[in-house]
Amino acid sequence: MADTTSAAASGANPSNEYEREPVPEHARKGPSSFWGMYAGEHTAGTEFMLGPLFIAWGASARDVILGLLLGNILAVLTWRYLTAPIATDVRLTLYAKLEKICGRQLVSLYNVANGVLFCFLAGAMVTVSATAVGVPFPSVRMPTFSDTMPTGVTWCVIVVILGLVQTVVAIRGYGFVARIGHLAAPWMFLVFVACGLTTLPKLQSLDLNAIWTGVPLDGGRPIGFLGIMLFAWLCNAAMHLGMSDMSIFRYARRPSAGWAASAGMFLGHYIAWICASLLFALERQLHGDAASNAPGPMVFSAVGWAGLVCVVIAGWTTANPTIYRAGLAFQGVMPSMSRTTGTLIAGLVATVAGLFPAFAMKLLDFVGIYGTVLAPVGAIIVVDHYFARRLGLTPNWAERTGSGFNLAPLLAWVVPVGVFFYIYKVHGVFASYMTVPVWLACGLLYVVFSKTLIRHPGASA
Amino acid sequence: MNLVARVVGILALGLTVIPAALFAAGKLGEEPMKTAMIVGVVLWFAAAPLWLKGGE
Repeated sequence: MADTTSAAASGANPSNEYEREPVPEHARKGPSSFWGMYAGEHTAGTEFMLGPLFIAWGASARDVILGLLLGNILAVLTWRYLTAPIATDVRLTLYAKLEKICGRQLVSLYNVANGVLFCFLAGAMVTVSATAVGVPFPSVRMPTFSDTMPTGVTWCVIVVILGLVQTVVAIRGYGFVARIGHLAAPWMFLVFVACGLTTLPKLQSLDLNAIWTGVPLDGGRPIGFLGIMLFAWLCNAAMHLGMSDMSIFRYARRPSAGWAASAGMFLGHYIAWICASLLFALERQLHGDAASNAPGPMVFSAVGWAGLVCVVIAGWTTANPTIYRAGLAFQGVMPSMSRTTGTLIAGLVATVAGLFPAFAMKLLDFVGIYGTVLAPVGAIIVVDHYFARRLGLTPNWAERTGSGFNLAPLLAWVVPVGVFFYIYKVHGVFASYMTVPVWLACGLLYVVFSKTLIRHPGASA
Repeated sequence: MNLVARVVGILALGLTVIPAALFAAGKLGEEPMKTAMIVGVVLWFAAAPLWLKGGE
């Protein structure tokens, strides 16, 4: 995924360029600017966790190879034919566009949701980094899938030190870490490939069905082809269906720049996931039920110190901008708060979250929730952009009426997301199954509530 | 300087993945493979800042 960099670049956008005005002609960029960026941003710390989780959730070889292929194709098509066309028409950030439709107050609410989810994602990445830093210390008990609580005092000390260091760096501005992430991206991808290659001769069997057995570790129902396909499609739903990457593609000269997402999907979300999956398959064959999916020890065993450096950098370069942007999101809600305070709060929440391996070990769930909560606002933008006039609605309602608050999108967002949480908690349905239904419901409800709850300028009373 | 950085960078990327491929093919031992990879790390982070200047 699941790198939030692109999402975050839009969420509480730290850039000061054209935040509230359309990107002018001279600032637009050709497609090559986007290919490298997507390749780098989707080969990140999260990939080390997601590959093993497919095995833990009982994916078969067919599920992984074909499900990921189809899901990634759907993700690329969504970026290309939904996000990029709107972004290149509107040329605004998600936030600026949402403010025109919904008013500033609702954007603040979206900021809170975004910021809180960012903190937990950053916490998961602190956990990932800690598994690498902990390798030289035998007293650290590495977390396994079943661990939800801190695994010991030494673990806590490492997480707190890492979390605080990352917070301090984020407070000082994340430019340095962003640059390290940019420089590390090509090398990091090859480390994933190297991990996969070095695992092959160690596996007891190269039979794909012995690697992806289709049997879940917890004995429950396997995730299946549909689950893998939907996860691959929708793990970045906040960015494509949710229009967060409008902030990226508003700089594109043409919508065809949306094809650049295929670099991230097929290098990061296909090859890197499969390589990370192989690491855990070997662990399972060597240690059975006692196998740990902690990335640090697995990668150290596969490729040595270079792998540890990779895990630390991957976790760090994902967590750090996420903390920074969560801080900006909190600051966006309370403008009187300094960015330092906002970032400090975000960093402390992320550090505490990082103590609990639950966030990293449940990353498939978390990413599904993340997409399902944030993506629906994209449906509101799609309705506003393509259908508002035809349906007799007022495009950019808040801007046209001078209102700071639009009830229609609030209800259209909160009602289906509330139903989603009920179904998720009570019936235990995999979150990614509900992302598209919630997105569609949000778009339809926005039309209904806009027709019934708000007045449109020029319409008869 | 940029040409040197580019050559060193490509060498570093090669040291990251080629030893792993040789290990997978049974042509290189595990320890030499890991040593070559860590050399690749050092070379990459020395060369990449000069080669990929657009990272700011």
